[in-house]
Amino acid sequence: MASSGTGSPPGVPLVELRGITKRYPGVTANRDMNLVVRPGQVHAVVGENGAGKSTLMRILYGEERPDSGDLLLDGVPARFRSPADAIAAGIGMVHQHFLLAENLTVLENVVLGAETSRRGLLDRRASGRALRDLGERYGLAVDPGARIEHLGLGERQRVEILKALYRGARVLILDEPTTVLAPGEVTRLFASLAELRARGLAVLFISHKLDEVLSVSDHITVIRAGTAVGEFAAGEADPGVLTRLIAGGDLPPAARAGRAESGPVVLRLEGLRADAVQEATLELARGEILGIAGVQGNGQSELIDALVGTREITAGTVRLGGRDATRLGVRQRRRLGLACIPEDRHRHALALPATLWENVMLGSEDLRRRSRWRLDRAAAREAAGEIGARLGIGAPSPDVPAAALSGGNQQKLVVGRALRGRPEVLLAAHPTLGVDVGAQAVIWDLLRDARDAGLAVLLVSADLDEVLALSDRVQVMLRGRLTPALPAGELTPARLVRLMTGTR
Amino acid sequence: MNTGQTANTANTGHTANTANTVNTARARIRGVPRALAAPALALLLALVVATALLAVAGASPGRTYLTMLEFGARPDSVVSAVNRSVVYFLAGLAVAVTFRMNLFNIGVEGQYRLAALLAAAVGAGLDLPTPLHVAVVCAVAVLAGAAWAALAALLKVWRGVSEVLSTLLLNYVATAVVAYLLAEVFAAGSTTGSTAELPPSARLPELNGLLGLVGVTLPGGASLGGAVLGAVVLGVAVHLLLTRTLFGHDLRMSGLNPAATRVHGVEPRRMVIVTMLVSGGIAGLAGLPHLLGTAYHFGLDFPAGAGFTGIAVALLGRNTPLGIALAALLFGFLERSALILDIEGVPKEIVTIMQGVIVISVVVAHEVVRRADRRRAARLVRERAEPDATPAPVAGRVP
Repeated sequence: MASSGTGSPPGVPLVELRGITKRYPGVTANRDMNLVVRPGQVHAVVGENGAGKSTLMRILYGEERPDSGDLLLDGVPARFRSPADAIAAGIGMVHQHFLLAENLTVLENVVLGAETSRRGLLDRRASGRALRDLGERYGLAVDPGARIEHLGLGERQRVEILKALYRGARVLILDEPTTVLAPGEVTRLFASLAELRARGLAVLFISHKLDEVLSVSDHITVIRAGTAVGEFAAGEADPGVLTRLIAGGDLPPAARAGRAESGPVVLRLEGLRADAVQEATLELARGEILGIAGVQGNGQSELIDALVGTREITAGTVRLGGRDATRLGVRQRRRLGLACIPEDRHRHALALPATLWENVMLGSEDLRRRSRWRLDRAAAREAAGEIGARLGIGAPSPDVPAAALSGGNQQKLVVGRALRGRPEVLLAAHPTLGVDVGAQAVIWDLLRDARDAGLAVLLVSADLDEVLALSDRVQVMLRGRLTPALPAGELTPARLVRLMTGTR
Repeated sequence: MNTGQTANTANTGHTANTANTVNTARARIRGVPRALAAPALALLLALVVATALLAVAGASPGRTYLTMLEFGARPDSVVSAVNRSVVYFLAGLAVAVTFRMNLFNIGVEGQYRLAALLAAAVGAGLDLPTPLHVAVVCAVAVLAGAAWAALAALLKVWRGVSEVLSTLLLNYVATAVVAYLLAEVFAAGSTTGSTAELPPSARLPELNGLLGLVGVTLPGGASLGGAVLGAVVLGVAVHLLLTRTLFGHDLRMSGLNPAATRVHGVEPRRMVIVTMLVSGGIAGLAGLPHLLGTAYHFGLDFPAGAGFTGIAVALLGRNTPLGIALAALLFGFLERSALILDIEGVPKEIVTIMQGVIVISVVVAHEVVRRADRRRAARLVRERAEPDATPAPVAGRVP
């Protein structure tokens, strides 16, 4: 099944994407994007968060359909209506978050949906043999009888790769495959990739980590703002050039010098530990924006939760306005002046089917305190109306559901809600993720104005532009730890990328 | 020739007319509050299925419906249907409170039976003036129902046990506990398998006197139970709780997006416990209309099944007190009109089937309407997003 790797004539790419454009409400994820995938190559696709890598891979894997552009398989135009079509065409994908049934065995997971049968019965022996062969051939050995729940992340990833190979993949997409792996496992994965390449398969390797990309790839495509901005053959690529391309060399360097006068410290973390957060120490003063930069998945989400009060802090302290807030609940922290732009607009910030005023009431501690047990609809409607008018949210009334707003306007509502209670400290987590440029400008201005008026802002963002455009000082989060603070004036985009990816 | 022309004109006129009617009909359908779309669709579906079943059973569907309507519309039938609907209303209300928070109290059945038994036993042993006696019996029922529901709530909060399973299974435990208490504790000394009779001071008065004051006389023998008034008051109270209090707001928001409510400081475990207590308390009251209005004792023959019907009623009523009241009245009406079917030689089980089909189709119809709504919302978002679909080139982003 898996040996059909070299089926295409030499010179013809296995897969080619031509002029792919994909729009979502408010954002263009891919714009006139081209990608050529040749057999026997490890092809890296690198770019910032939100650069459009994932969308492109989802299009290639049939999970999304492009608004325009063509997909060619072995030089022949093709159209995928679902991942099933893509799999049938020999494309396999290993998602960043594994899609395995925990309580089934390795073999059961691999054959699920592609079972070999003999006289109507499952032929475990034959499929077991096929699986073991595959494992040996590519250095991906996993015990077929082991249950997924007993396996480590490295083994689970091997199962995912085997799953794709078992279905006859000729093109294997690996989305950020190394983020979950220990260093030893990374080496092992790369050995397997070399084996796959030697057998004529194509591997699409999506990554942030430049050193890994440089060590394993034959070809590198850099994506920025939804389109390819650079193509390099192995050996030609220079880390400096790549970094500049990823960050966008046309960006202004550091946006502004750090403010000279900083007020009293209002938020202080000392040696904070909470699950993936290994060690977070920081000081945030009145009237400044402290940016926490980092590639997503390095403990930022856990840090945000620990600060909001929804994740248990296992060690260290949080001091909010001079008071120890380490053991305080969400509401108590809000009363000490903490406000929050939650990380994920749809999951954590808003109840989309609920009206604007209901969402404002939900997240406004002052309104809640004032109304005590009663639901003060009038006050919430008025507050929602004010936010809408001030931020230009085009809503006819506070009684429309939040779902009726565009992503940018939903986010404006979230930001407006966080700012209206006159907070002391604002936790701004990815405040402009997935919003259009117009809304981004409004939100950036709001945050700057609030800072100038004395608000202390902790900005957590994976967007380089945003961190550099807003922050007075920057700390980088890498593998659960925060680096010491650097004045934003001393940072260039290239240096920040190096810090974020842990390269020298 | 001539006739042909006439026919032709008539025909076009007719077509135009039909198109017109269809258009106005469509406009009217769009004007119907969307909340009604799902139940209406469900009732229509149930009617189709029942018609088919009646035809298969050899009865004339048309005549059967007519008989049911005629019998059901008689004044004494209406009063009876209203009386019958009270228990379904209360059970439905109890279920709906949890549904609004995406919790599922499937244990109303056990809660109301256990509560009714304890209320009957305590009430029979007391000697108090009327209003106080009734109040005490109600309080016992509320506490008992809430306590039984609390078991499931605590299991969920402490151990993560799904309340769907625990409440469902606790029904069986409740049945056994009720049987044990009846046989061994409360019925000691009698052989009837029943609690002692409640004294008159613990009984609910009829509303006939009250109706007489406003000039309404119920026809011969019919009597409107006092529980109807209590149910209306409770329905209004639940409506206010859900829509006018911060607790109700948090409850609804928890149902819509639990993760977001948590980020904003609404403690989910507290919400689960309080909501289940409220639901169990209301469930505890569901047995009282029968206990205090008709039976005056709790015996082996005490009606069962209302807790499950309550789930259906809550679904049909889309979890709002007014909707639940209408759904309960429909179920009461169907139950009452089933009585005439026997006499007409039509199997009265047809009504039970109809009730079942209504529930299944309401779930299906609700999903259909929900998907349509979602598509509409998505279209709305797309249309709004159109102007900024192509953002300015990134190079132009100057902070």
